[in-house]
Amino acid sequence: MTAETRSTVRLLLGWTPVDIAVADSNQTVLQYLRDQPQLKGSKEGCAEGDCGACTVVVGALKDGAIRYSAVNACILFLPAMDGKQILSVEQVADTELHPVQQALVELHGSQCGYCTPGIVNSLLCLNLNGGAADRQAIDDALIGNLCRCTGYGPIIEAAEKACSTELSAAWKTRIAAAQKQLLSWAADDQALALETRNGPYLAPKTPDQLAAALDAHPAATLVAGATDVGLWVTKLGRSLNPLISVAEVADLQSMRLTDSHLEIGAAVTYSEAHQALSEISESLGELVRRIGSRQVRNSGTIGGNIANGSPIGDMPPALIAMGASLVLRSRAGRREIPLQDFFIEYGKQDLRPGEFVGRVLVPRKLDTFRCYKVSKRFDQDITAVLGAFNIAIENGAVVSARIAYGGMAGVPARAVGCEAALTGKPWNMKTIETAKVALDADFKPMTDMRASAAYRTLAARNLLERFYLETQNPAVALELASRNHMKGLVDG
Amino acid sequence: MAELTRQKERIRGGVAQALAHDSASKHVTGQAVYVDDIPEPQGTLHIAVGSAAVAQGRITNLNLDAVRAAPGVVCVLTADDIPGLNDVSPTHSGDDPVLAGERVNFFGQPVFAVAAETFMQAKAAARLGVVDCAADTPVLTIDQALAKNYLISQDHEMVRGDAAAGLKAARNRLSGQMEMGGQDHFYLEGQVSMAVPMEDGDVLIHCSTQHPSEVQHNIAHVLDRPANAVTVEVRRMGGAFGGKESQAAQWAALAALVAVRTGRAAKCRLDRDDDMSLTGKRHELAGKWTVGYDDDGRITAADVEMATRCGNSKDLSDAISDRAMFHLDNAYYLDQVRILCKRLRTDTVSNTAFRGFGGPQGMMIGERMIESVARAVGKDPLDVRKLNFYGDEGRNTTPYHMQVEDFVLGDMIAELETTSDYRARRKAITAFNESSPVIKRGLALTPVKFGISFTTTFLNQAGALIHIYKDGSILLNHGGTEMGQGLFLKVAQVVAEEFQTDVDRIKITATNTAKVPNTSATAASSGTDMNGMAAMIAARTIKRRLIAFACNQYKVEESDVEFIPNQVRIGNQVVDFDDLIGQAYLNRVQLSATGFYRTPKIHYDRTTASGRPFYYFAYGAAVAEVAIDTLTGENRVLAVDILHDVGQSLNPAIDIGQIEGGFIQGMGWLTTEELWWDDSGRLRTHAPSTYKIPTCGDRPAHMKVKLWEKGRNAEATIHRSKAVGEPPLMLAMSVFHAISDALSSLDGYRTVPDLDAPATPERILMAAQKLKAKSR
Ligand SMILES: Cc1cc2nc3c(=O)[nH]c(=O)nc-3n(C[C@@H](O)[C@@H](O)[C@H](O)COP(=O)(O)OP(=O)(O)OC[C@H]3O[C@@H](n4cnc5c(N)ncnc54)[C@H](O)[C@@H]3O)c2cc1C
Ligand code: FES
Ligand code: FES
Repeated sequence: MTAETRSTVRLLLGWTPVDIAVADSNQTVLQYLRDQPQLKGSKEGCAEGDCGACTVVVGALKDGAIRYSAVNACILFLPAMDGKQILSVEQVADTELHPVQQALVELHGSQCGYCTPGIVNSLLCLNLNGGAADRQAIDDALIGNLCRCTGYGPIIEAAEKACSTELSAAWKTRIAAAQKQLLSWAADDQALALETRNGPYLAPKTPDQLAAALDAHPAATLVAGATDVGLWVTKLGRSLNPLISVAEVADLQSMRLTDSHLEIGAAVTYSEAHQALSEISESLGELVRRIGSRQVRNSGTIGGNIANGSPIGDMPPALIAMGASLVLRSRAGRREIPLQDFFIEYGKQDLRPGEFVGRVLVPRKLDTFRCYKVSKRFDQDITAVLGAFNIAIENGAVVSARIAYGGMAGVPARAVGCEAALTGKPWNMKTIETAKVALDADFKPMTDMRASAAYRTLAARNLLERFYLETQNPAVALELASRNHMKGLVDG
Repeated sequence: MAELTRQKERIRGGVAQALAHDSASKHVTGQAVYVDDIPEPQGTLHIAVGSAAVAQGRITNLNLDAVRAAPGVVCVLTADDIPGLNDVSPTHSGDDPVLAGERVNFFGQPVFAVAAETFMQAKAAARLGVVDCAADTPVLTIDQALAKNYLISQDHEMVRGDAAAGLKAARNRLSGQMEMGGQDHFYLEGQVSMAVPMEDGDVLIHCSTQHPSEVQHNIAHVLDRPANAVTVEVRRMGGAFGGKESQAAQWAALAALVAVRTGRAAKCRLDRDDDMSLTGKRHELAGKWTVGYDDDGRITAADVEMATRCGNSKDLSDAISDRAMFHLDNAYYLDQVRILCKRLRTDTVSNTAFRGFGGPQGMMIGERMIESVARAVGKDPLDVRKLNFYGDEGRNTTPYHMQVEDFVLGDMIAELETTSDYRARRKAITAFNESSPVIKRGLALTPVKFGISFTTTFLNQAGALIHIYKDGSILLNHGGTEMGQGLFLKVAQVVAEEFQTDVDRIKITATNTAKVPNTSATAASSGTDMNGMAAMIAARTIKRRLIAFACNQYKVEESDVEFIPNQVRIGNQVVDFDDLIGQAYLNRVQLSATGFYRTPKIHYDRTTASGRPFYYFAYGAAVAEVAIDTLTGENRVLAVDILHDVGQSLNPAIDIGQIEGGFIQGMGWLTTEELWWDDSGRLRTHAPSTYKIPTCGDRPAHMKVKLWEKGRNAEATIHRSKAVGEPPLMLAMSVFHAISDALSSLDGYRTVPDLDAPATPERILMAAQKLKAKSR
């Protein structure tokens, strides 16, 4: 690359700037913290982003201001921290414990203590971002932090007590200084280009640079949030070389609203897109809320979820039912394809050499739309079956139906036979029963550790029924816990 | 001389105070040091293991050339490199090799180990080994093992009266069965040991284990050295739950072997996949019963056969299977009873201790049996439970012929029934279910009676060591290990109470086999009972010496010496504790003592399956309310109320923490935590991405835990407290039965649903389908 590149990673470790000559581009942030500065507070509980023991808080610039988010250090590559701030548990207390630490001590929030550093960081982040309104907000912040000892009660209490505390003056001063540092680094506008012992790591800043980098390194692995890619290293023992990050490409970090669509850049994280997606559909928003954990959503992208091509990724079936399309870019130019055509077969996507996912175009106007994710555990679990329904009903009959399922085949796919069985038919239980039978012919799901084929088939049918029931008036209770019921119990 | 007025103060941290965990502020700042955090000596090597890709077979070819040639590799070990005994079985059964030599007996069983400069290098090298096997078809499931009568040990039976005759004479009879899955411990800190070579070929091992003495002895055997050449130290574990009792030794042994062989420190840390694939879990259990009962639902005879899935080696499976039998009765008197338990061998990882140690599985069978009787007689299961309780005249002998002397569950349940508003909620739920076609709610109240003591009687011994230094500071050491359960703090509170000094004066120190020898595992919930007593005895020894010294020095009677907060009253003088210690030192009084405790009263004859295996019982009860979705089987626990008996609590905060944590862990076992092996015998749920323990969101919105105020141990335990480690896990049976109750609503509460554990959405949906089909 040109002289505008930089060959060392610079970041704030706590409040101190450090310049790191990265030896191995595949080194994770957790490995770095524990091995180099010997900060042993962050723990490895799984090395796959699922337990939260490694949670650190990362400060990064967003629209000129520092924004904090909790992420899993175990699957993030160190170079991704360039120009950012890492707060690990060692940096949370100054002369006194931070209020969340204090509350955890006083309310008995730690037993063995191995999950605790990660929990401190998740709660610290909640505090930095303005506090916890209610149990739901606390759950959202903590779903990704497994604790095997406490049963979570005292941790929730500590969060309730401390997460809304006003930041101390000392913290505010430190954060302002950190922001200044990050801003001054950002002003350089240098793209990162590392040479490490296992190959280069490139973090281009513009789509053209990205296209050029891909062109120059056709065998490179693209990485966005690394919530899939990171595991190839930590779980599968692969060495990824060269690595090209899409995360720093400014154009891909943006979202745009047009009359018809929400356009989401491939580097936009779930957390950043959540609000805009919820505005299109509450049901979609709820689905996003259930993807992974807060940490995973703070790193992971929708673009990555699609490009990864997994049959159990959550966004593709929902987006296919919505009729979303994909903008693919390369040095040769750009093309737009319907998302459903992107998934050719298991492990094979319509992505040509040198191409990358630029944007996802999500239609803003939907018919009656719902998506339902079914998993063994409600939160932070990979889907067993996901059904997404986008159906237009006029005068009691189905005018059009777009239905897609995840977990039912080698790719996320539309339920063509089921759609046909519905279209033009009266919207009643009899039609649903026929459509259920048609659905059986659409898919041949498999049995694995998440669910049996029989369960997937039955649940897929029943999700269609659930959708039907939801459109009925008076609606029957379909939520496991109604707010009122819980209220009576909690207050009483 | 201080003022007499200070007398009225209380010490900080005596017994019954709700102190925070002694390491809490180190936990929250990341300063608490676990084995993997100890600064590594220069040149420390890292170990990974390699294996064959079959579950059962004879090794035909082992080629490790590529492993040896891999970057960073320093040493490669196979079974041939073990100087001593190639076995780390906790029962010396000779079937738990450190490295498999001739056969592999489960998928992933380590065949070789590689030590390299870095962890990643060791992992990468381990993938390069070639291990060929002449593979046999593995026996994987309970059904397969039963069909082949593939056993790891003899069947065992407990009998009281004549079950066959009782069944024949019974007014009504029914049969049923259920299976429940195992459970991975999922301690957040995986197995880890670091061995440091010492002079004379000795070795010091920092190990995350509940059983340092066993690790020490097993390693000595492996190295072919006496036990005094091996020291094992444990400061704290990042959780254990039974999974670091016998399961720590193999990895410690590998670290020791490498350290002794290379002269460099060596660390063996299992990553999560290896940890879950290569270490034992809770036993799966299948049970079937035939039960006789009268028209009210009172059980008059029971014949129960259970089978545990033990895996490929004995490990602790006999004692675990026995404990399942000991707890089949739970809180119920079973007249005319026979209980049999088969111990099945399977070609899977060897199952091991897990909180409750078989008790929860046995109890579940008992509770299922009660539930089926309740449905058969058409009563609220709570009423049938109460009807069958121990407590009435002539209804107090267990199937193993022990008398239940202090059955307090009647009182406890009456209280919980009222405070949880059970009857009103029952009504409301029945009404809700009638008007809700998709979502169904369920409610259940289940009791727990859990026997406390190691059923292997000789294990019920413990030792402690106390030094008081001449400045008055106190050092405390005992054989118990700290895994988060607050043992170190509770024992320190006991010692503080004895000396009447603030607990901060007492230094809590790492468990170390060089300080207190021949200890038992910190297990069977007995940690505080035994180590607390041993420490109290040690403290009293020193106290006696101090009193004798004071009498002599101050010319007073023994009754005139009194330990008051941080001081000692001697006649009408008050001396600071430190001063007295300083004086005692100058007068050559020994300020160090050991304490030793053996649990009284217990005895058990396994050949007749009778005796008093337990010193006492711990009791508790829980009410759970759930909702299930009959379209998908998704479910949620809505509300939980718990009343638990910890006797007179040594530390209410810690006890409540154990209860809450145990409950949620039990809930995970019975709902989302599912172990799944593929047909080749490979565990496919070996990481949190596929194995789902409860998250924060699974904690019920309403959860109240109360310690039973009237609780007091009838036996002379440490300050009349009761053990609390394991019993609360079984409170979660209420969740399973509430799910079952919700399902029962589908056919008007006439049958007990065919539901195995864990009650995953899939099992719930399939059970719902069956019931719907039936009632159609
Ligand atoms: C603990 C955990 C829980 C999870 N839970 C869920 C869940 O509930 N539901 C779910 O659907 N997923 C889940 N995931 C996976 C999900 O986080 C990812 O699929 C994520 O969306 C991928 O985005 P990323 O930015 O991290 O992609 P990366 O990991 O960086 O990349 C993923 C793939 O996309 C490619 N790629 C990335 N960006 C581009 C681009 N612009 N152009 C072309 N190729 C590109 C990469 O080369 C790679 O093949 C979970 C992951 C973890 C670790
Ligand atoms: S170590 Fe488990 S999420 Fe990172
Ligand atoms: S305190 Fe042990 S895992 Fe949370």
